[in-house]
Amino acid sequence: MVILEVENLTKIYVVGLLRKKEILAVNNISFRVSEKEFISLVGESGSGKTTTARMILRLLKPTSGSIRFQGRDVWSLKKMEDLKWYWRQVHGIFQDPFASYNPLYRIDRVLNQVFNLIGDIGADRESLIREALKEVGLRPDEVLGRYPHELSGGQRQRIMVARCYLLKPRLILADEPVSMIDASTRAGVLNLFSRLRDEYGTSVIFITHDLGLAYYVSDRIMIMYRGEIVEEGSPEEVMENPQHPYTRKLREDVPLLYRKWSGF
Amino acid sequence: MTLLEAEHVKAYYSIRNSYVKAVDDVSLSVDRGAILGLAGESGCGKSTLVNTLMMNIRPPLRLIDGTIVLDGIKISEMSRSKLKKDVWGILVSIVPQSALNALMPTKKIVDFVKDIFHYHTDMSRAEIVSMVRKRFEELNLSPEILHLYPHELSGGMKQRVVIAISTLLNPKLLIVDEPTSALDVSTQKQVIKLLVDLHRAKIIESMVFVTHDLAILRQIADKIAIMYAGKIVEVASTDDILYTPLHPYTRGLVNAVMTPESEVRKRGITFIAGEPPNLLNPPSGCRFHPRCPYAKPICKEVEPPIIEVRDDRIVACHLVESFM
Ligand SMILES: Nc1ncnc2c1ncn2[C@@H]1O[C@H](COP(=O)(O)OP(=O)(O)OP(=O)(O)O)[C@@H](O)[C@H]1O
Ligand SMILES: Nc1ncnc2c1ncn2[C@@H]1O[C@H](COP(=O)(O)OP(=O)(O)O)[C@@H](O)[C@H]1O
Ligand code: SF4
Ligand SMILES: [Mg+2]
Ligand SMILES: [Mg+2]
Repeated sequence: MVILEVENLTKIYVVGLLRKKEILAVNNISFRVSEKEFISLVGESGSGKTTTARMILRLLKPTSGSIRFQGRDVWSLKKMEDLKWYWRQVHGIFQDPFASYNPLYRIDRVLNQVFNLIGDIGADRESLIREALKEVGLRPDEVLGRYPHELSGGQRQRIMVARCYLLKPRLILADEPVSMIDASTRAGVLNLFSRLRDEYGTSVIFITHDLGLAYYVSDRIMIMYRGEIVEEGSPEEVMENPQHPYTRKLREDVPLLYRKWSGF
Repeated sequence: MTLLEAEHVKAYYSIRNSYVKAVDDVSLSVDRGAILGLAGESGCGKSTLVNTLMMNIRPPLRLIDGTIVLDGIKISEMSRSKLKKDVWGILVSIVPQSALNALMPTKKIVDFVKDIFHYHTDMSRAEIVSMVRKRFEELNLSPEILHLYPHELSGGMKQRVVIAISTLLNPKLLIVDEPTSALDVSTQKQVIKLLVDLHRAKIIESMVFVTHDLAILRQIADKIAIMYAGKIVEVASTDDILYTPLHPYTRGLVNAVMTPESEVRKRGITFIAGEPPNLLNPPSGCRFHPRCPYAKPICKEVEPPIIEVRDDRIVACHLVESFM
């Protein structure tokens, strides 16, 4: 079952005060996401990945095109209860988790906010929070009571994943969610996304520039280049039989463990 | 033949009444002509170690113990002013982890270059500029770059420029600290190409490359040293580290790599449970024991000795024989 439909989505940023300049950040992209699907959006820096995610999350108004979630046009939602419904179902994890935390709130509060969306659950909030922190590999006593700036980048990213664990949304948009987590423990955090999918049917749009990561976690990979989706397919198709020149270059440039770059 | 030899080096940060034991009894050597990779999780002490290797030490960091010999000279006993005059830039240069932000925004690239030379030579400004233009051409960097400001360069270009400037005086040893971690793959490759070119052209003799990315080390390193919680736990050839890792931590690191290739897909991806320890109060015995799947009672009690299992291959683990 399709839960998200993106059609002809376009974003043009207008920059500059005197001499206005237009930046075509996202150029007429369309795609669908099914229930339980794990999709990766892969592309180089500046290709438009974050812009796409922000439009889906209702943080940035599209220039044109439509986004429908469970059949409802996302940008037509106006009533508070509809918006709350959307935020409950669609959750974002941002590239820079520092920017998305209020620096004056302790971690306890950051996590407790989730319950404003879920409503009363009748369970012990504190123990739910502790459990979620342990799931993402954090020691609750080490992080609760601290402020965001007192944690490392990797720890802040884990807190974001813990939030997803409490909220159990239908769709997660994760923008480089493990970029600051050490490679040695990264697979553990990635498993949590797969578990959310398996246990609660959550879909994931995973944004990364790491083709290797995308290859292992996703059902489908979309390659983004200069604002357009230039290629799309299963991880095997994209890796073994890339069609677009940009995908081919990307594949050649990824460093591998058991093969050297040609000429090195 | 070794270019750099460090023995029993301890470098601690003193904060309040205690020490962060960021480099704790490390012995390491860099062969002449070789590229050594240094890998480990963030916070394990890689940056502290490489800065210590060239005696770039400032409070709160202190050299507690050990000797460092570079090109036959005992630099661990030199004063900072002597190091500045005779060692840094000439015998050894570092491209620090934060190099991308280190360039002053109000100075053109060429002005940085003039400053460097001014300190070490009595060449005229015109001579300096023409020499630098030549070096840039040799390295396939457009000399026009010299007349730009840092903000006019992309991240990858800035990194290449910093590398080119750091090696103008042909240092024997170049240390690069995570030069590619913030760059996308195509840009990473260009930066690494430049380093390989410098090495092949013998502008630099040896290199220490710091990263947490083993797939990058595969491309360039002859040998890899694995660091964990302030200690070196294994040193071996790149092939040995990747195909037959001996230390349980090395094995954990290799098996966590997610590169898109069939060998890795077949092998499967695992991760190391838990988090790296706090270096203010590291675990007793083997520092890896709380996360090690093979740990025995002795591991908690006794620090494992460094065992030379073969020529050119060392491992610090009580159970190493059972893994061979
Ligand atoms: N607020 C903004 N105002 C103007 N231009 C912007 C803005 N945000 C992004 N852009 C531009 O839009 C394009 C796409 O940017 P976007 O942040 O979506 O890329 P990205 O794929 O997420 O990159 P990265 O991998 O670096 O995160 C870039 O050219 C960028 O400079
Ligand atoms: N200026 C400093 N003062 C106190 N502790 C520091 C300082 N710089 C680094 N450390 C600590 O030293 C340890 C090693 O850090 P670092 O050498 O930067 O590791 P890596 O480069 O492997 O990420 C860490 O525990 C870190 O928190
Ligand atoms: S010494 Fe013991 S705890 Fe340490 S790595 Fe070896 S087996 Fe594991
Ligand atoms: Mg982005
Ligand atoms: Mg470092």
